[in-house]
Amino acid sequence: MTKNITNFFATIILAAVLSFVLPWWSIMTAALATALFIPLKRAAVFFIPFLAILVFWAGFSFFLSSGNDFTLAKKIAVLLPLGGNPYLLMLVTGIIGGVAAGIAAIFGKQIVSRTKK
Amino acid sequence: MKYAKLLLSFVLTIGIFFVLNTKLGSIPPLGKFLNPLSGIWQNETDETITGTIAIPGLKDKVTVHYDEYMIPHVFAQNEHDLYKAQGYLTAKHRLWQLEFQTHAAAGRLSEIFGEGALNYDRTERRRGMGYGAEQAIKYMEQYDTETLSYVQDYADGVNAYIDQLDPKDYPVEYKLLDYTPEAWSPKKTALLLMYMTKMLAGGDDDLEYTNVLRLIGQENFDLLFPDFFDSTDPVIPKDTDWSFIDVPQTESPASKVAILDTIAETIEKPNPDNGSNNWAVSGTKSATGNPILANDPHLGLNLPAIWFVMQLSTPEHNAFGATIPGALSVISGFNQYIAWGETNATRDVIDWYKVEFNDDRTQYNYDGGWKDITLRVEDIKIRGKESYKDSVLYTHHGPVVYDKNFKSDEELAGYAMKWIGHEGGNNQRTFIELNKAKNYDDYVNALKYWNAPAQNFVFASTEGDIALWIQGKFANKWEGQGKFLMDGSNPENDWQSYIPQQFNAHTKNPERGFVSSANQHPVDENYPFYVFNDGYETYRNRVINDFFNSKDSFSVQDFKDLHNNTYNLKAAELVPYMLEHMDASSLSEAERRIYEEIKTWNFNNDIDEVGPSIWRQWYGKLYNLTWDEFDVEDTAMDSPTTYQTIYLLKNHGDHEFMDIMDTEDTTETAKDLFLLAFKEAAERLMEIKEEKGDYTWLTYKATYAGHLLQALPAFSRFDIPIGGDRNTVNAASENHGPSWRMIVEMTSPPTAIGIYPGGQSGNPGSQYYDNFIDDWAAGNYYDLNFLQSNTATDAIIGTQTLTPATND
Repeated sequence: MTKNITNFFATIILAAVLSFVLPWWSIMTAALATALFIPLKRAAVFFIPFLAILVFWAGFSFFLSSGNDFTLAKKIAVLLPLGGNPYLLMLVTGIIGGVAAGIAAIFGKQIVSRTKK
Repeated sequence: MKYAKLLLSFVLTIGIFFVLNTKLGSIPPLGKFLNPLSGIWQNETDETITGTIAIPGLKDKVTVHYDEYMIPHVFAQNEHDLYKAQGYLTAKHRLWQLEFQTHAAAGRLSEIFGEGALNYDRTERRRGMGYGAEQAIKYMEQYDTETLSYVQDYADGVNAYIDQLDPKDYPVEYKLLDYTPEAWSPKKTALLLMYMTKMLAGGDDDLEYTNVLRLIGQENFDLLFPDFFDSTDPVIPKDTDWSFIDVPQTESPASKVAILDTIAETIEKPNPDNGSNNWAVSGTKSATGNPILANDPHLGLNLPAIWFVMQLSTPEHNAFGATIPGALSVISGFNQYIAWGETNATRDVIDWYKVEFNDDRTQYNYDGGWKDITLRVEDIKIRGKESYKDSVLYTHHGPVVYDKNFKSDEELAGYAMKWIGHEGGNNQRTFIELNKAKNYDDYVNALKYWNAPAQNFVFASTEGDIALWIQGKFANKWEGQGKFLMDGSNPENDWQSYIPQQFNAHTKNPERGFVSSANQHPVDENYPFYVFNDGYETYRNRVINDFFNSKDSFSVQDFKDLHNNTYNLKAAELVPYMLEHMDASSLSEAERRIYEEIKTWNFNNDIDEVGPSIWRQWYGKLYNLTWDEFDVEDTAMDSPTTYQTIYLLKNHGDHEFMDIMDTEDTTETAKDLFLLAFKEAAERLMEIKEEKGDYTWLTYKATYAGHLLQALPAFSRFDIPIGGDRNTVNAASENHGPSWRMIVEMTSPPTAIGIYPGGQSGNPGSQYYDNFIDDWAAGNYYDLNFLQSNTATDAIIGTQTLTPATND
């Protein structure tokens, strides 16, 4: 269980740090790296980094958007279309980041499994 | 087998990366687009209006005070710094629009949108937009390097802003369409001016008229499309004395034969509603004794708005008003001494020539011999595809727009376009000089540089003068020249000379105490040169002039009322006649209700009225029934103006054109058409009521300000509650209308108010993106804080300083 928690926070921190030097796929790199060094088991392989990045991206989006009355988020939520709901847009943002991170983590896990044997 | 899972997870990883990193159809690359670190969430910001920013190339410090409307008040120490700052600030608030408009002008939209925009791009290229911009730059390089140096300063300013940007700071449209801004250059300013020239002087109906003439003959043509209407109220008053003009009109050639080709299709024209109002009253007609001036250009209602309001000052001059992203200085505004504004001076400045080529299309027939073609290859880049190379043949007339490669199937002939827009003028100089002008003479001198689009430049000064010049470079044409397709091999059909600039129609301090223009006839028949256009406005001008003739003294409040006047003179001139002459006995109960509704209408296009909607439907159906003869398959046609249509309906009600061609056994007259059209209109109105609940003018018109990307709903504003219609003084129609309203009283310094349908920011994430729209719709104005010195007053909410960047 502690490994799950460690991986969760490590993924967020690493993603945040890498975002200074890498484009959006820094989250995939971060999840891949944590999967290599803090390997998890079964469903957690996907869901821990998924949740970590979901929280990171949705939370950061909320932070940026709330300071500006969600002006743009409401409009983008018409564009995509999400009924103009800015919170739904944050959730979608989080899920997209989360899925990308989770898949990268599965790949990381596979690398670990192959190299160990 | 063991590696299958590894391989699969690897492929999945690459797959999700690809999907989220790539623009798929109209869906943006979602990973790039939505991530909060560099995607759209980074655009959830307001403008930065404080602090200090280092800008390379500045000579001195520039102070920028922002007021509550986010209008920048710029205080520079010299003109070079001023235009650098203008470029920088325009880019800061409007970067995407700034670039997009010049991409559109240059025919480069395929680079952004892919193949779907290719036809548009080819049209712009074949129209010679890039060629015209190059001619303008060439002219400045040769004759006016000073202006060119300011244009370069502006470019440097824009580029200083672009260079500071990180991809996360790019405007949201770049992220949506997944591309990046490129460097600005003087040519882009020239392209922007071409864009305005096309918008305002890029339309003509010569080819359509050619088809019409062929089909209905000269006599009918002259009745349906007269040069002058039965009554005109021209821009320059009728009683003007022209005896000072000592250059004659070009003599007509021995034969004036139009080439009566059948033309299936023509290029897209700018919106014919592009027009404007301006007027000024003299001190004697003003309630306060100071001249008052107003301007409201009517253009497409877009977001980001076409205008960006600024105060631009140096120790030598201080100007304020509406600027256009991409052009230097204030376009419609005022300084400490004068105020000015423009309306479009509608005039036929495009003519078409049929040219015949030799067998390998390297030469064309001219004056009994052969003249060489110049080939210009347009390389159109297409997103995700190979470039398209379009060969455009240039003659001494201009580009051959239509040939076997474009909208024509003639192997060895084409139509060449002669357009004043290709002549390479020095339009930018006019505005730079107007910004500095101190009196009437300075204003007249500034105008001399202006070629196209021809404009009615209204003027008022603190010295008490008012004036209006119709300025443009106009060919001195022979009577009727250029109305139809001409033989391009006959030198007599060429433009022989230009009207000397000092003989352009103008008026200074006219006796009637006011000047005005609203895109109507520039002059009456007494002006000694041939004047022709295919789309004069005929209603707004009469309402405006009637208003100024109605009393002796006018205040700023009167000006506001006139801007917001929705009196529909067009309807007032036909509806009573129709009601009187139509046999209403066969109307059903539902139709009769609508009939009673329009009977009580007072002809104001106000939002809670139903009369305007009934009129729109009724007249629309009537127009189509009247001109059913003009609906000819595979033939580009243009039907008569509203003014002439109404004139014919009332005065030639039994003319053969009134007959509906589909009904072989009956012969309809105007009266029959009134009833038929009314019944069709009533049916449609009841449908609208069914769909939308009612057909009040508000619901029916549903005015909107659409984002430049085809009115992308997310970034547009819909159902704006504003009255008016295209031919009322308040010319707000569905997506078109008063794009900037300004009233200036010539106190010392001038006192001004203004507003436009938009906001100063180009960022849909900013509260300043569309914050003027409600007040604009309600007919309100903002006080323009004309700062007299570089000191922040109470009106200022933030001050930013631009400083020269050090070289390290």
